[in-house]
Amino acid sequence: MTTTPDQINHDLINHDLLRPVARASARFFLVVAMLGLVVLAGLSAWGYQLYSGIGVAGIRRPVFWGFYITNFVFWIGISHAGTLISAILRLANAGWRRPVTRCAEVITVFALCIGAMFPVIHLGRPWVAFWLVPYPNERGLWPNYRSPLVWDFFAINTYLIGSATFLILPIIPDFALCRDKFSGWRKTFYGVLALGWRGTQRQWHRLETAMHIMAIVIIPVAVSVHTIVSWDFAMTPVPIWHSTIFAPYFVAGAIFSGIAALIVAMVFLRHFLHLEEYLPTVCFENLGKLLLLMSLLWVYFVFAERLTIWYGNQPAEVAVLWLTQNGPYRYLFWTMVACNFLIPFPLLAIKKLRTITGIFVASITVVVGMWLERYLIIVPSLSRKFLPYAWGTYRPTWVEITITAATFAAMALLYVVFAKLVPIISIWELKVGMREESESSSSVGAVSRVRPTRSGRGEHETLAGVGFKNSQGVKL
Amino acid sequence: MAHRWGMAVDLDRCTGCEACVIACRAENNIPTVGEEQAQKGRAIHWMRVERYYEGEFPDVRVKFQPVLCQQCDNAPCEPVCPTYASYHTNEGLNGQVYNRCIGTRYCANACPYTVRFFNFFNPAWDKPLHLQLNPDVSVRQVGIMEKCTFCVQRIKSAEIRAKEEKRELKDGEPAPACVQTCPPRALVFGDLNDPESEVSRLARSHRGVKLLGELGTQPKVTYLQRNEWNDNNT
Repeated sequence: MTTTPDQINHDLINHDLLRPVARASARFFLVVAMLGLVVLAGLSAWGYQLYSGIGVAGIRRPVFWGFYITNFVFWIGISHAGTLISAILRLANAGWRRPVTRCAEVITVFALCIGAMFPVIHLGRPWVAFWLVPYPNERGLWPNYRSPLVWDFFAINTYLIGSATFLILPIIPDFALCRDKFSGWRKTFYGVLALGWRGTQRQWHRLETAMHIMAIVIIPVAVSVHTIVSWDFAMTPVPIWHSTIFAPYFVAGAIFSGIAALIVAMVFLRHFLHLEEYLPTVCFENLGKLLLLMSLLWVYFVFAERLTIWYGNQPAEVAVLWLTQNGPYRYLFWTMVACNFLIPFPLLAIKKLRTITGIFVASITVVVGMWLERYLIIVPSLSRKFLPYAWGTYRPTWVEITITAATFAAMALLYVVFAKLVPIISIWELKVGMREESESSSSVGAVSRVRPTRSGRGEHETLAGVGFKNSQGVKL
Repeated sequence: MAHRWGMAVDLDRCTGCEACVIACRAENNIPTVGEEQAQKGRAIHWMRVERYYEGEFPDVRVKFQPVLCQQCDNAPCEPVCPTYASYHTNEGLNGQVYNRCIGTRYCANACPYTVRFFNFFNPAWDKPLHLQLNPDVSVRQVGIMEKCTFCVQRIKSAEIRAKEEKRELKDGEPAPACVQTCPPRALVFGDLNDPESEVSRLARSHRGVKLLGELGTQPKVTYLQRNEWNDNNT
């Protein structure tokens, strides 16, 4: 792994994948500015809420949780895109994973950061949110370890640290590549990030061991996170929430929405960074099939949940059931079913429709549908608790809507900036895949399409009109 | 032996006059939130009188049911609080420590009786109403959960008085504001650990039921109501 087995293609890969990192176009700054404005609007709305009191949000009695907790569950769900999927694909050694893993792992880290903000945003007194941290304090109190919110705190932090490690480990060799290829401030910048990577045999060995351990460790962590998020609800005696199905239901939903978000991100990357050759149709095909599987699983869970509630016929639960099936929430409910199943199913199941466009449309609807699902889990149950006298409604205010919009902008912004600073496709892993492939001379996977004609260096230099230094002694 | 405070609510006596609601508001510095906020469902009233209607017009009977914190022995609100703001006191009350509350509102979601109230904004009293605030009860700031305390300040002062006079508490001596004010004496308060107290006797009554008792919350409030199934027993 330390030498350069196939120089010819490596330079082309370097050229194509370092190009977005090497230069920032006006379009990039325009996108950043636009997204930044939306994020600023969200921050202002949050500032207004901090100044005036949580009452400027639409929550009320008895619906004490609304958009914020919906967003929390939604974003933590999206975060399952990455780490879980990439860890499973790594362990399964699926060849087509190579261009996908980093796109996915980044989603995890950023979605977690965004999701984890919401429990703080929704607090009545966010300035004392640090009381959830166990530290010796003047109150003489540890946090209440019986509270699912405290479990959340630990689960999310564990997952964040784990997935950040899982993201950064495989970037190190690529940082080193950037360091070697670039000059000026970029060289210093990536030099620091490369953590002294020299590509020695020992470093490679340690990196691969660490990645393997992380891939195994992160799977139970990821499953536990959304399990615990579901227990925020399932541990309380609230109609429909109090259910044993919630943990697997939430985990499945999280993976479902995560894959959809990953596909959306990949389609944008492919289009705007011109990565058509590196993110080939086969990646989308396979992810589309996974999405189809999760869609079916989701329908199965919803059916199992709804049927048992209906058959069990407990008054409080049935009241909530009919509220969503054909009460005031019916439009949202059936939109959700359409978005999560009726639209994506044919798009993903019928081979003719399973094009990148088809898969993209299905993914967008799934993201929308899964947001609605979180909303429909939280709000109707709270508005119809046991005593009819205390029933109520909920309507979001502009503050909640602005902050929600800002989180989507923040996600896009972080992603765009990340893709500008770091090669979004793992360069060294592609090369490893290519070598393995040429050794076994099988034609599976993405890289076969990358391979240019054997004319080699001369050809790529005609393509290379870009501003990075093309050194001769290419490491890796 | 420690006290275990409980209440009996005689629905056959309740006239729905809401004097308990007003007494509670005056005793516990409960803020008024204003018309607009109240319409949103943000009014705070630790005690509420629920109205239910039986029969078809014109033969309609109204049933009143005062609902307050049931001070459950097995309270769903307590374990979910991450900061021990809601906790169980050694006298069996569901305490609410305002200073510990960070406003997750988890307790309010977990409470099946929906008797927990949240301060969506800082409270305000129009002058000169601020002069009538009860000095024994703290005023709650924005972002904090509050609920019926069984007038813990009255219980504590009665206990201190009895201790000073070196005697036991008399039955019915500490009385929450709602109990003290109830004109038809539908509300009875006392020590459930004393088998001879009035509230203990009423709690054992054949007319007694627990609100949503099937949830296993073990409330310390007993509702008394004559009904077909217990008609012969009373």
